[in-house]
Amino acid sequence: MAHPIIIIGAGLAGWTAAREFRKLDATTPLTVVTADSGDFYAKPSLSNAFAQGRAPAQLVSTPAAKMADTLKVTLLAHTQVRDINPAERTMRTSQGELHYSQLVLATGAHPIRIPMEGDAADEVMSINSLDDFSAFYARLTGSSSSEKESAQKQVFIMGAGLIGCEFANDLAAAHYKVSVADPSNGPMSALLPEAASLQLRDALAGLGVTWHFGTTVKAVNHAAAGGLGEAPKLTVVLSNGQTQTADIVLSAIGLRANTALAQAAGLKCERGIVVDDTLQTSARHIFALGDGAQYAQGHWAGGEALTGGRSMPYVMPIMSAAKALAATLAGTPTAVVFPLMPVAIKTPALPIVVAAPAPGAAGGWQSHEAGVWQFMGEAKAVLGFVLTGKNTSRRAEQAKLVNP
Amino acid sequence: MKSYLCIVCGFIYDEATGRPEDGIAPGTLWADVPEAWECPDCGVAKADFEVVEI
Repeated sequence: MAHPIIIIGAGLAGWTAAREFRKLDATTPLTVVTADSGDFYAKPSLSNAFAQGRAPAQLVSTPAAKMADTLKVTLLAHTQVRDINPAERTMRTSQGELHYSQLVLATGAHPIRIPMEGDAADEVMSINSLDDFSAFYARLTGSSSSEKESAQKQVFIMGAGLIGCEFANDLAAAHYKVSVADPSNGPMSALLPEAASLQLRDALAGLGVTWHFGTTVKAVNHAAAGGLGEAPKLTVVLSNGQTQTADIVLSAIGLRANTALAQAAGLKCERGIVVDDTLQTSARHIFALGDGAQYAQGHWAGGEALTGGRSMPYVMPIMSAAKALAATLAGTPTAVVFPLMPVAIKTPALPIVVAAPAPGAAGGWQSHEAGVWQFMGEAKAVLGFVLTGKNTSRRAEQAKLVNP
Repeated sequence: MKSYLCIVCGFIYDEATGRPEDGIAPGTLWADVPEAWECPDCGVAKADFEVVEI
């Protein structure tokens, strides 16, 4: 009997790969192995759940059993993969040994945690899955006896990047007291031109967000005992010497690819699992996509050296990668082509669309009208753009100006 | 007029406002949105746009 194609991971990358494959091949056995429940949810919704009035359980758009049934997948949920043997095409799991014909690593990434001082450092939370969000949500909304009290809880966010800003907006709009600390000098400073970053800074400040720029969290301590029941339970100490109380500290300083499984199997890994333009890892019959992958140009099979290699966060690259991978798995080797992928930042206080230039591209941001920036490279080539406020509706028009 | 939520990324298509930047006039019913249209935020095809009426 033919061995199945096995996908490890049931996040957006894993399920999307399964769905795209089933469009091309309705019969080849397909198995999904996941450490979590396998329920399908829209990950971007984690950072605007409050605005949508949705509790964690309501974020599950398709339960695991229905996913498995619809896609004709054998689902092994709550199953740990111990190791992979690329030569034998086998893997050992908490449910026994499995054989695969082709293997897809959709193992994602984990939140970066930096060491910090304080007797409450281990209370710092981070959110990279529905389970994480459920724990955060329970802590934020749980212990208070009334809506009014819970709405005064204080959340301290470490990191003013995309995720930190989206959570800051969502929580502040839901009337929580939000503070954000970041070592840079403005929100999303790595992605946005300075003037756009300033607009976002002001818009979120207008919602009540307290900013701490040019500093980081040094320590998190339990607040001194003796406070009344509803007093904030933590004290955050910043590297600039300031302190602030908080009920919850949320770390949103970035993700690191999960490479341990791939590395142990001898696959080439750098910042992520290195894949060529057909999404194959350095081992034949093993592929990777999503937050765990590092996408390089070139093709292993030709013996050529791969060049570049970047991780591609956000949802849209997963869609492109899953379509190409599905075609390859169905028998037509296909290179992934990433189109220009504008990202909509879910900060309703100031809606933003960012089409970032390729990493390291030479050039600079220019603006000729309010709320519109273009990243200009050599010979007046438009390499990217940023739109804010009402101008976010001009995404299609601006995308046409970009030279791929 | 109804609104539809992309289950993959949370994008909302509102029939009342349509999607003028994609050539879809205000008031266009979901059923009349072209099959080739893709979710502008995540690239999911309309055919996969498993919609939730909200």
